[in-house]
Amino acid sequence: MSQLRKSLLAMSILAATAGPAPAQTYNVGSLTIEQPWARATPGGAKVGGGYMTITNNGTQPDRFVGGTLPQAGRFEIHEMKMEGGMMQMREVRGGLEIRPGQKVELKPGGYHVMFMDLRAPFKQGEKLKGQLRFEKAGTVDVEYRVESLGAGGPMHGH
Amino acid sequence: MNRTGLVLVRIGVALAALVLAAAIAFAWLSLRRDSDWPAIADIGGPFALIDHRGQPVTERDYLGKPMLVFFGFTHCPDVCPTTLFELTNRLKELGPDADRLNILFITVDPERDTPQELALYLSSFDRRITGLSGPPEAITVVMAAYRAIARKVPLTDGGYTMDHTATIYMMDASGRLVGTTNHQEPDATIRAKLKRLLGGT
Repeated sequence: MSQLRKSLLAMSILAATAGPAPAQTYNVGSLTIEQPWARATPGGAKVGGGYMTITNNGTQPDRFVGGTLPQAGRFEIHEMKMEGGMMQMREVRGGLEIRPGQKVELKPGGYHVMFMDLRAPFKQGEKLKGQLRFEKAGTVDVEYRVESLGAGGPMHGH
Repeated sequence: MNRTGLVLVRIGVALAALVLAAAIAFAWLSLRRDSDWPAIADIGGPFALIDHRGQPVTERDYLGKPMLVFFGFTHCPDVCPTTLFELTNRLKELGPDADRLNILFITVDPERDTPQELALYLSSFDRRITGLSGPPEAITVVMAAYRAIARKVPLTDGGYTMDHTATIYMMDASGRLVGTTNHQEPDATIRAKLKRLLGGT
C-alpha cells in the first residue's frame, strides 16, 4: 500500500471515529424524536425517568400517549413541578399534546416518561430499546441511552 | 365612680384594646407568612425510627454533630436520586470532614420503603447517608416535627406516587435549624453552606 493510500485510510478512520456521534433522531409521521435518554437508577429502584425532545413538523396536533420498555412493567407520562419547596408529581392524563410547530422537551424537573415496576436497574452506558406511541403518528422504535445517576441531559458524541 | 377612677378605667380599656390588636396582628402576620417556616425554632424535634441497618434510633443518636435532613422515597425518579447524588458529590469533596456530619434520608413512604429497601437504594450513594423508616405513625411524628408535608397521589392504573417537601434541612449539633438548601441550588452555594455548617461546631 502506498504512503498516500495509508495516510488516506488513516484519515478516513479518524474521520469516522473522532467526529461527534450523530444525535439519535427518529421520525414517525410528522414527528421527530431526538436523543431519548434515561437516568441510571439507584439500587433496588422500581422507577426510572426517560427523557427526549419531540417536535411536531406537521399541521395537525398529536399526542404522546404511551409506550413500552421491556425492562419496565409500566410506562406513564408524568410531569414534575417544584412548588413552594414541595415536589409534585402528576400523571399527564390523556397524553402529552404536541401542537403543530411545537417542540416539547421531556427533561429532569419537568415532563418525563415514568418507567415503573422496573425488572432490572438501568446502568450507565446501557442502551434500552423501547417503543413510543402517539395518537396519530402511531408507534416508533427508539433506543434510550442510559446516562449517569446525576445526569441533567443527554451526553453528546462520545 | 369619681373622675380619676373613670380615667383609669378608660386607660385600662384602651390598653386592653391595644394588647388585643397587637395579638391579632401578630397572629395574622404569623398565619399569612408565606414562607415554609412557621418559626425557625419550631423545626426539628423528637422521633423514634429504624435506620437502614435495622437499628432503632432517636433524634438523640444524632446530636453532637451538625446534621442534614431530607425527606423522600425510593419510588421517586427525579428529585430524590438527584438530591442524594448531589449530596454524595459534596460529601466526597469534603472528604474526612464529612464524617463530622450526620445525613438523614427519611422516607415519606414507609409502606414500601422498608429498612432493607432503603439499604439497597442507599448502596448507590455515599455510605455516610443514613436512611430512616419506621411505622407510619412514627413517620407522621417526624414529618410534623420538621413541618414536612407528603401526600399520596393515586395513579390511574393503580399504585401511587407521592408529593413531598424537597427541602434539605441544615441543623446544628444541638438540633437547631440553621438553614436550608435544596437540589436546585448551585453546587457552589451548597458547598459554602456545608462549610459554614461544619465551621460552626
